[in-house]
Amino acid sequence: MAFLRKSALVLILLVVFSTPFRALTTEGHEDTYTLSKNSAANTGSTTNTSSAGNASTGITTLPIVIWKWHHVETPYLVALWILTCWLCKLVTQLNHNFTKIIPESGLLIMLGFVLGGMVWGADKAQTFKLAPINFFYYLLPQIVLDASYCMPNKHFFGNLGAILLHAVIGTCWNAGTVGIALWGCYEGGAMGTLNIGCLQFLLFGALLSAVDPVAVIAVFEEVHVNEVLYILVFGESLLNDGVTVVLYNVFDAFVSLGGPKIDAAEIIKGIISFVVVAFGGSFIGVIFAILTSILTRITHKVQVIEAGFIIVIGYLSYLTAEMMSLSAILSITFCGVCCQKYINANMDEKSVSTLRYALKVMANGSETMIFVFLGVSAIDVNIWVWNTGFILLTILFIIVFRITGVFFLNWILNQTRLIPISLTDQFVMGYGGLRGAVAYGLAAGLDEKKIPEKNLMLSTTLIVVYFTVVLQGITMKPLVQWLNVKRATLSDLTLNGKTANRVFEHTVTAMEDICGRMGDNWWTRHWNHFDKKYLCWLLMKKDARKINDKILAAFHTLNVEDAKNYVIENESKGSLGFIRNYDTANVDFKKKLDLDYADFMPDIMADMSDYDFNIDNVPVNSMVKHPVPSVSLDIHEQDRMNINEDLNAHHVLDEHLYKSRRFNRPTYSRNNYNSNENPDELQEIFQRTMRNRLESFKAAKRSVNPAKKIPKHLKKDSPLKPNNKPADPSRTHPYGDEAGIDNPGYIDETDSCPPMRTPPWQRQTGSSMNVAPSQRAQGRLPWTPTNLRRLAPMRMSNRSTDSFMMADTYEEPPDEKEEQPGTNTKL
Amino acid sequence: MTIITELCLRRQAFHWSRSESFTIVSNSSAKMKKPYDDFKTIQDLESNPIRSQIIEAFFDRRNFQKDEVGSVDEIGFEEFLTVMSYFRAPSHHITEEQREEIRRAKLRFLFNMHDTDNDGTITLDEYRHVVEELLSRSGALGRETAKGIADAAMLEVASISVGPMAPGEVYEGITFEHFLKILQGLEIETRMNIRFLNMDTTVLCK
Repeated sequence: MAFLRKSALVLILLVVFSTPFRALTTEGHEDTYTLSKNSAANTGSTTNTSSAGNASTGITTLPIVIWKWHHVETPYLVALWILTCWLCKLVTQLNHNFTKIIPESGLLIMLGFVLGGMVWGADKAQTFKLAPINFFYYLLPQIVLDASYCMPNKHFFGNLGAILLHAVIGTCWNAGTVGIALWGCYEGGAMGTLNIGCLQFLLFGALLSAVDPVAVIAVFEEVHVNEVLYILVFGESLLNDGVTVVLYNVFDAFVSLGGPKIDAAEIIKGIISFVVVAFGGSFIGVIFAILTSILTRITHKVQVIEAGFIIVIGYLSYLTAEMMSLSAILSITFCGVCCQKYINANMDEKSVSTLRYALKVMANGSETMIFVFLGVSAIDVNIWVWNTGFILLTILFIIVFRITGVFFLNWILNQTRLIPISLTDQFVMGYGGLRGAVAYGLAAGLDEKKIPEKNLMLSTTLIVVYFTVVLQGITMKPLVQWLNVKRATLSDLTLNGKTANRVFEHTVTAMEDICGRMGDNWWTRHWNHFDKKYLCWLLMKKDARKINDKILAAFHTLNVEDAKNYVIENESKGSLGFIRNYDTANVDFKKKLDLDYADFMPDIMADMSDYDFNIDNVPVNSMVKHPVPSVSLDIHEQDRMNINEDLNAHHVLDEHLYKSRRFNRPTYSRNNYNSNENPDELQEIFQRTMRNRLESFKAAKRSVNPAKKIPKHLKKDSPLKPNNKPADPSRTHPYGDEAGIDNPGYIDETDSCPPMRTPPWQRQTGSSMNVAPSQRAQGRLPWTPTNLRRLAPMRMSNRSTDSFMMADTYEEPPDEKEEQPGTNTKL
Repeated sequence: MTIITELCLRRQAFHWSRSESFTIVSNSSAKMKKPYDDFKTIQDLESNPIRSQIIEAFFDRRNFQKDEVGSVDEIGFEEFLTVMSYFRAPSHHITEEQREEIRRAKLRFLFNMHDTDNDGTITLDEYRHVVEELLSRSGALGRETAKGIADAAMLEVASISVGPMAPGEVYEGITFEHFLKILQGLEIETRMNIRFLNMDTTVLCK
């Protein structure tokens, strides 16, 4: 019921939002406003404004308020449409039972129908439609940039051969076979009389060969298919968009040239052009990637807009390639893929997060708009030309040839692949060939003069898109489950996993060396060598390239997790009763922590920032423990994160971990924030933690029964060095000395306090806790540590939370205080 | 050293020509000597941080699949091949059990690399040694860091395999069972492979 109410509310909102501008458009005297005109042609709006200005010169008295619709018309409509589309997405996400069955893209298209119907009902014409120019210049680039920036490089380059084969040969195969088969059927008389020649059919085949990943990727994300399948489909669809456009342009040129003029020379020219355009575009992208990387070496001086540089340069690479009539999509793809490693290393952690989020917002937003407009554009009588034979045959051919093509290419690949692509994977790849907006954009861009049957092609394309996105999208998930496609193994994040992984890699490489084979590892190693020696030198900041190690990142994760475990442990004893029960707490924390790690704890992260930026090209979120597979390119990934829970974990950790050293938080400033993160200090914290671990472990190892020692330390009552571990000569800072205090707090738990329902900070701060509470939390230091210390059964690992020790030394914990921690928070 | 392997070797020497160790093997006593002289001549190995452990693995009896322990001073071609065979790619049609078996074998190989005193557990010192070696090439990370990481890793194993430990408990070291358990998520059976030359060695050895 609640859902119905909610959805009804949003629908009403939608209608409310969509009505005004319907009315407004009709009010504005130009009926032919399409979205394309509005946003593309700025000149049009300037004339409008000037005319409005002229009109206002003839006034006789001073107007207090003027209705100036024309001043704002274009941006207003654009903004309204964006809002509407996003509201549509909101509607689709209201009920997850719904999106479980029908993919979101399908739902958005359907909502687009509704909106289109409204517009049609008001205007009796489709005044808004997705114009190719908008699609290619304003909506597509950010999607591609986002996908390529978040591309898991390791998998991508590891499977580059397969991806390229599918993207280039596969696309050509699709285009050629679909075109020729359709032409054959046409000649055979299956479609009646149409004014289409062989070349036009090939052009049509070319525009239909673009595979749109969005729906498939969403399903893959949900089901967690294995990485290879994932990267093959994803990488292919990304590159294949570019190849499709190139192919389309070549055939378009052939069509303009006309059939009779085409001879062998022209065909060879076409092939050369294909190669040049595709590789030239990629080359431009690589150049821009290098420029970006070099630029980010110094952009830390303007850290606030640092992330913006990447977006702008990426867009420029797109436009530059377009200007030189090279493949723009390939350009921006390679720009994103190549620069990610270096810019992630060069930029500040915060900028990386910002960039990631900004790209997600833009990509997700424009993707939503594209699907809604795919629906809206369909509600237009003018474009619909029905030809049953043509449409059905097209659908049949694209599916059949896609699947055969995929099988054939995979067969070739399997001849040399170490781990062959399994049959089910192949079938899923083939079936995952959904057509999307690129096909529509290209079809809409057809020139009616050259291709008389443009509308037939356009409507067929639309039907193909609907058919594949909705029907195949719906059946995809059951199919994947039914075929039992190999799932991704959860990414190993244990420190041991990382270490062992490294050992494997070295071992395998060594074995290859020993038997003198130049295997894949050989190439990887030599590339890494080259990368380290020259590229990093050129493209990375000095301090960024100092240390990069995956193991360290895992180690750090472990440290953070330690704190988490500590909290959980105490919680299970009842002392930190703010989490309801042990089991859920455990699960929750695991989930929470990863976000914490990435986004909310820059202070803890910062000392690692040197290490873990460039260790891995997977997004940070996927590096840490996360249910999503390690190749996490999902545009929707950010959606799933539950902010509340994260804050919860964040503050637990924030209070109890590394507390002592953080005093000043950055204050607001427009241009920069003075970060208080002195690298030395953070390094120190890091090392301190490590030492603590080490010593506590030693203590645990050496003494069979460390509990016996506890009284001794209690008597001393001062943070002296522990038992028998000699001080490290390298230890230079004062805090290191507390490292080994042996658990003075290990006292059997006798008093158990009633669990508290909500964490103190939530009680206190309510909704505005996004920024402030950590500061407030600092004020509460005295009671928290004692609580923790008192009730903690000491484990080796909780040594990382040395701030407790400091507080412990001077206060005897009063029992009453623990009973009511909540009251203490109300300072 | 049988004639068959010798023959085999001669034939292979062509393919293995990059590896000088084999020219040495085939020319001299057909044995590789323990002090790694033969292995040391392999140029590419030099940049490998855990080179010594890998070489050690070749001289470890546990890896010869004969239920023996201890190490040998020199190995023949057969032993060499046995060790190499750990890196065979699994054939395409194998059952789940076989896959598990392969996985176990490969992990056992790694475990043996860590467990130098072959007492069945990886102790802290052993683990530390591996981590130190592993990080030794990174330069910037000192021994201290390596130690910290090894400790943390041990703690991790302890917490995963034994669960939360009481204060008095001591974790002795990583046993193979724990090793298996902790590396559960790691896809090793498909990754720890080398594609050897595509040739039918049975034909060669005839």
